Amino acid sequence: MVKYLIPLVLFVVLAGFLFAGLGLKPREVPSPFIGKAAPDFNLPQLMQPEKSISRDELLGKVYLLNVWASWCVTCKYEHPLLMELKNARLVEVYGLNYKDKREDARLVLRRTGDPYVVNAYDEEGRVGIDYGVTGTPETFLIDKNGTVVHKVIGALTPDILRNCILPLVEQLKMADRQNQISREAVEACV
Amino acid sequence: MRLMNRVSCSIAVLLMLAGTSVMAMEAKPMAKDTVLEEKVMEISFELRCLVCQNQTIADSDAELAVDLRNQVREMIVAGKTEEEIVDYMVARYGDFILYRPPVQPTTYLLWFGPFILFAVGLGVLVMNIRSRRKISDEEAAEEQLSSDELARVKSLLKQSSGDESK
Repeated sequence: MVKYLIPLVLFVVLAGFLFAGLGLKPREVPSPFIGKAAPDFNLPQLMQPEKSISRDELLGKVYLLNVWASWCVTCKYEHPLLMELKNARLVEVYGLNYKDKREDARLVLRRTGDPYVVNAYDEEGRVGIDYGVTGTPETFLIDKNGTVVHKVIGALTPDILRNCILPLVEQLKMADRQNQISREAVEACV
Repeated sequence: MRLMNRVSCSIAVLLMLAGTSVMAMEAKPMAKDTVLEEKVMEISFELRCLVCQNQTIADSDAELAVDLRNQVREMIVAGKTEEEIVDYMVARYGDFILYRPPVQPTTYLLWFGPFILFAVGLGVLVMNIRSRRKISDEEAAEEQLSSDELARVKSLLKQSSGDESK
């Protein structure tokens, strides 16, 4: 009897592992920047090339840095949500326009609306590399001290915003330092 | 599996090296560039492509891999050591970019799991052999002739040899 049970048990264990594997998201590589300073950058702006934008200008704000490109299909899917965020004035979104053509990116924003306060234009993707960007879209939540609090790989969803990003933003706006945010808010993001 | 990976990897390496040296020759027929490209590839084989995660950035044609190879090339030209370049990548993309994962608590299972499985397999094998031997010993004992039987066999043998001599 036991003899016949062993293969069954082995099968169940293997099936269990494989089933758990279905739920894994290999693209969601943990970012080494969480809890560390967002890398510095100084780039020309997308809309006004003669002006620049740097990380240090954004110190003192809680904001989202959204990495996007006009050639990125998932970004189009994500776009209406960013517009909603802008209209609801819940959190400021800055853009990092990644490896794009200036005209293409501008055209997208003209046609579908511009959810960004300012866009940094990263033509060669250098700043993208500094931020460990592996693809678009990616969104970093950065606090007043310029520390990366959270990173979302792939499109933002109403669910992620409601349960993770917005509660964190609320607490970060009140707090001076990142360690003042509650553990529940952080755990909601895992 | 691992061996297969090795084999396919080394085939890829050969193809890659063949390809790059030809390309380098076409672009700039300078020996220095070939050396540089080889160095770029050598370091690239240590770095995982984060888009197609089972490939190194040397193997991958993903745009990110091309960018990172360019970054590696520039850093070599700027006189950075391999260690500095790898550290630079790890600082941005995390340990995951290392194609050879470092030995640390989170990767213990990965590194030592196969040895544990091997030990378990060996244990099962030894137990199996032992129980089999025990059974065959018992069977052998059953097959042993008793002294009565032995005497009969001897007498039969004697009888038959006597028959033959007739």
